[in-house]
Amino acid sequence: MRNLFNFIARHYFFFLFVALQVIAFAMIFQNNFYQRSAFVNSSNYIAGNIYNLRSNITNYFNLKQINEQLAHQNTVLLESIPGTFLQTDQQIFTLSDKQYRKQFSYYNAKVINNSVRNRNNYITLNKGRIHGIKPDMGVITPQGVIGIVKEVSGNFSSVISLLHSDVQISAKIKKNDQLGTILWEGYDYKKATMLYIPPHVQLSHGDTIITSGFSSIFPEGIMIGTIAEYEIKRGDNFFTIDLDLSVDFNKLNFVYVVSNIYKEELTDLENITQN
Amino acid sequence: MDLNIIRHIIRFIILIALQVVIVNQFYLGGFITPFIYPIFILLLPFSVNGSVLLLSAFAMGLSIDMFSDTMGMHTAATTFMAFMRPSIIRFVSGKTDFDAGTEPNPVNNGVVWTLIYSLILILIHHTFLFFIEAFRTDDFVHIIIRSLLSGIFSTALIMIIYLLISKKSRAAK
Repeated sequence: MRNLFNFIARHYFFFLFVALQVIAFAMIFQNNFYQRSAFVNSSNYIAGNIYNLRSNITNYFNLKQINEQLAHQNTVLLESIPGTFLQTDQQIFTLSDKQYRKQFSYYNAKVINNSVRNRNNYITLNKGRIHGIKPDMGVITPQGVIGIVKEVSGNFSSVISLLHSDVQISAKIKKNDQLGTILWEGYDYKKATMLYIPPHVQLSHGDTIITSGFSSIFPEGIMIGTIAEYEIKRGDNFFTIDLDLSVDFNKLNFVYVVSNIYKEELTDLENITQN
Repeated sequence: MDLNIIRHIIRFIILIALQVVIVNQFYLGGFITPFIYPIFILLLPFSVNGSVLLLSAFAMGLSIDMFSDTMGMHTAATTFMAFMRPSIIRFVSGKTDFDAGTEPNPVNNGVVWTLIYSLILILIHHTFLFFIEAFRTDDFVHIIIRSLLSGIFSTALIMIIYLLISKKSRAAK
């Protein structure tokens, strides 16, 4: 036993190194597998406030662009107001009237930290639990889908960007409603990949890809991107489609957090059916 | 001695701020992602105690992780780099005895020595980091190229910081 202690004491440099590596890798695995980072993530108090300060300064330089985006969005909203409402009681009222019930509500938030250069990218927002943000809510801009809320603290929230290996978004081709999955394979923040479109579907360059609305996170019809390239790889039964993302992830300012009011009801029902 | 510790702590904080607020915004051609904070480990004195070296690398990596949502990746890479530092110093200079308290920098050891020493350790750090980040080996070539280019760019930035720092300490003497 004494020898063992002596051995460890003599090689303390190596053993301390191994211990620290074990701690670091434990953190990596815990974060990757459980999407949990209760303490060390950028929605914590110090980091959140530093990012807030930085974005307060840099925002002045983007005011013109933000104004243009808001004006554009206003016109879009004026044209499509009923889009986010769920139609109910169709059979009774089809002829004379339709009844809608609100399904999605939106919170506005400001991006205070963002990255596009890693394999797994995260975004920090300046709204948190006390503003009503909860994990698993969707994040969008008028230009398109941004990501999914991962963790919230009191005043900030940490969002998994679409540019992340764990994110898969249910999407469809706008012109023919064919369902597929969007994911990001890294390398370029302007591109994404769409999978699982069967080979009989007619595709063309520039076709619009939108959210399917099946995931209960995003409303139907939120823009994702347009088709840039498509091919059937040898041995595959499906198209591999390269998309040009409609959002410039390097230039995020203001975003909307989407909350689905019926989310719990939907997921409970689906869990019962599947189990 | 106390003054030295305070100087290292100030350096620690300034480097984190520089890395998080400015350098993290660099995105050159989708490939080059420089990191300057490892210069903190490079600049620790030759005579630094082994556990101090490893623990300060751990603290540095953890602070960077906290700000970039990378959870443990920078911690692992920086600790590994600190672990390799004594061997690399032995490898580059072929000796182990240095004056107590001297720091590796171009004024003490010459520009070429510092460049080789920094480049090797930075490349170790970047390669380790990018491999953990991807967590797979199927795009081996891509990761190696990315590490090389980013490593060279980081080393260039770090050499500039060396010059700024060592000029000041020479003036102090």
